[in-house]
Amino acid sequence: MSTDRAFWKDRRFRMLALAAAAAAFLLAVTVLGSVWHDAALETDFSRKNLAPCLKYPFGTDWMGRDMFARTVAGLSLSIRLGILTACVSAAIAFVLGLSAAVMGRFADGAVTMMIDLVMGIPHILLLVLISYACGKGFKGVVIGVSLTHWASLARLIRGEVLQLKASPYVKIAEKLGKGKLYIAFRHMAPNLFPQFITGLILLFPHAILHEASVTFLGFGLSPEQPAIGVILSESMNHLAMGRWWLALFPGLFLVASVLLFHYIGQTVCRLIDPGSVHE
Amino acid sequence: MNIGITDRNTDIVDRNADIANRDADIVDKSKGVENDVLKVEHLSVSFTQYGRGLRRRTLHAVEDLNLSVRAGEIVAVAGSSGSGKSLLAHAVMGILPYNANMDGTVYYDGEILTKERAKRLRGREIVLVPQSVSYLDPLMKIGPQVTKGKNDAATREKSRRVLAGYGLSEDVEEKYPFQLSGGMIRRVLIATAVMETPKLVIADEPTPGLHPEAAKRVMGHFREIADTGAGVLLITHDLELALSAADRITVLYGGRTVGEAAAADFLCEEKLEHPYMKALCRSMPKNWNWDGYKLCDSGEILEYMRKEYGR
Amino acid sequence: MKLEAKNVSFRYTEGGRLVLDHVDFTVEEGERVGVTAPSGFGKTTLLKILAGYEKPLEGEALLDGRPVSEYRGYCPVQMIGQHPELSVNPRRKLKTVLDEGDWSGDFGERQRIESGLGILDEWKERYPVEVSGGELQRFCIARALGTRTKILLADEITTMLDLVTQGQIWGFLLGETMRRGLGLVVVSHSRELLEKVCHRIVEVDRKQEKNDG
Repeated sequence: MSTDRAFWKDRRFRMLALAAAAAAFLLAVTVLGSVWHDAALETDFSRKNLAPCLKYPFGTDWMGRDMFARTVAGLSLSIRLGILTACVSAAIAFVLGLSAAVMGRFADGAVTMMIDLVMGIPHILLLVLISYACGKGFKGVVIGVSLTHWASLARLIRGEVLQLKASPYVKIAEKLGKGKLYIAFRHMAPNLFPQFITGLILLFPHAILHEASVTFLGFGLSPEQPAIGVILSESMNHLAMGRWWLALFPGLFLVASVLLFHYIGQTVCRLIDPGSVHE
Repeated sequence: MNIGITDRNTDIVDRNADIANRDADIVDKSKGVENDVLKVEHLSVSFTQYGRGLRRRTLHAVEDLNLSVRAGEIVAVAGSSGSGKSLLAHAVMGILPYNANMDGTVYYDGEILTKERAKRLRGREIVLVPQSVSYLDPLMKIGPQVTKGKNDAATREKSRRVLAGYGLSEDVEEKYPFQLSGGMIRRVLIATAVMETPKLVIADEPTPGLHPEAAKRVMGHFREIADTGAGVLLITHDLELALSAADRITVLYGGRTVGEAAAADFLCEEKLEHPYMKALCRSMPKNWNWDGYKLCDSGEILEYMRKEYGR
Repeated sequence: MKLEAKNVSFRYTEGGRLVLDHVDFTVEEGERVGVTAPSGFGKTTLLKILAGYEKPLEGEALLDGRPVSEYRGYCPVQMIGQHPELSVNPRRKLKTVLDEGDWSGDFGERQRIESGLGILDEWKERYPVEVSGGELQRFCIARALGTRTKILLADEITTMLDLVTQGQIWGFLLGETMRRGLGLVVVSHSRELLEKVCHRIVEVDRKQEKNDG
């Protein structure tokens, strides 16, 4: 009993437990959604336009599709897409950020210019352009989101590496005759790792939200896919007829999963990089 | 050799008992004394700190610290970094960070100094001469910073007089902080502090980065403040500087009081009671003497202190 | 070996104030030289130039006739700074600080220096924030005393430490430099310290002297 109480008193443990619960929830949605992919597409006109009830907690739409299954499936698709694009983005960020910092002035100038370029154009605009140019659909969204989200993390990594290069302990290591590889792995990696992981996790919610937005605008996934963006844009036609459930629940779920990812990212940041937060 | 060490250890234990007795004496006597400007009893400050991952520890930064400052006196608190000296200043001023727990009592002018009372008095009767130059607003001229924005003739007249007293000419008022040297900035900070004729001045590391001559001059100014009847609490890591200016020295180690002595006692090791203070005395560069192996004999004092004081 | 600064000038920002203005300085192996000057007179900068961390704007810093900053591999000139907490990687255990030293497999030599500096085995498993400044500085000194070190530059290395630690560290360094015949440059604000440790004391001289310290 007393150990239980101590466990809950410790803010760190509480944070970790909440983050684990959030991760479990998101994982469950992802798995369940991919299993329910077919159920989400099943039409049954005998049950169309039902308001939320016990059997269909999120109601049904004008083709009699179960909105709960559709929401979970859509969210699952968004999360999987988000994770894929965030990872690609992070990889681009790592390579570009690192080369900017270590490959001399020309590389630094080029990468910095690209960062400024990408960050100077509104995300969603650039995303629409790239996605459209790549022929929309799954391919368009993946390329679009991946190519627009690396900039801020690349800038972070570049700054961090430049700072590390100038830090006294790296300069001392150079004078002690340590090679570039030793410095990169022993001195830089332990400092970069937490920043990179945190940055990667915090990319997820952005990527998810932007995938949903571009699909909502009609430049993303095709209408047959049970994506959150598709669900929301279709619901617009039916909102005026009082079918509020078509937009409310999918929208809430999208916001919730974005917030949960954000919370997980912050928790991880506090756990692996305590120096940045004093609490 | 072994016998020698055992001897010294029993010696240390005996002296500890002596010190404990003497401390009890001091507490008894001072109850009747009314002119303690500041009295700190059994002060403890602890923090909860988080490390990487799930590591957590409670850090007892200050433990059972006792100290008093009388009117007209400079009391120096000397200790290395991490001995809790800055926290002492913050505890008295009531400006500890939010995650700190404080225990013990602080008396100011014979009455308990609560957080609310400290808030009322700070900046007027109790002033802090801060450690860092960054306490000055970089975008504001010196003059208004010293007068705290008051623009009436009396205040300006006073600020001119105070600044002149510290050897700062009139044109300094028209300058910005970055145009002044380190020594001048310290003097501006002191001038700002004494504008309100305080009763208690707390100086937190007022001299780092200063040339010994400039530091001595700053110390001289604290003596002048004390001579006007205020109590000065001087917090510093530089024991030698403290000795040159203070009446009494309280030595801290690991957040605890090791002992208290008159500044003059440090001239002669025999007058000091605690072995750590003896070692400090022996370790001053002026007492160094190269014997082919070492400059001074501090024995196993650091090992002993680590064991006794837990860090 | 002979380390010399010839007619060295330095400023940190273009058009900024000259921190060093045509300074000459020499130290040889086996010699202990103290440097003193008011703050802001470029003592730290002079040491950084002598150690090869900064390149002078004018003049040169030569080790046996070759610019110090051009030495590749282990540099025979090592510098110890005032703030040990900045000189070690906060994310690595303290034993890695010792591992970085130049021991050429001579474990006995490393152990001799560790015990001479009073480094305890239990500290080696800790992170830098978990030990005191005095304990950390002992690691930094040990790291700089590798076997190929010939000249040691000490920039206010005990200013932030307590007197007992200061006495122990200087006692050890004096013995070590004598024993190995190292060159030693000491920057300190304490004239007494310099007089007890050094053969000679140099006042850094700056021509454009300001009137206030």
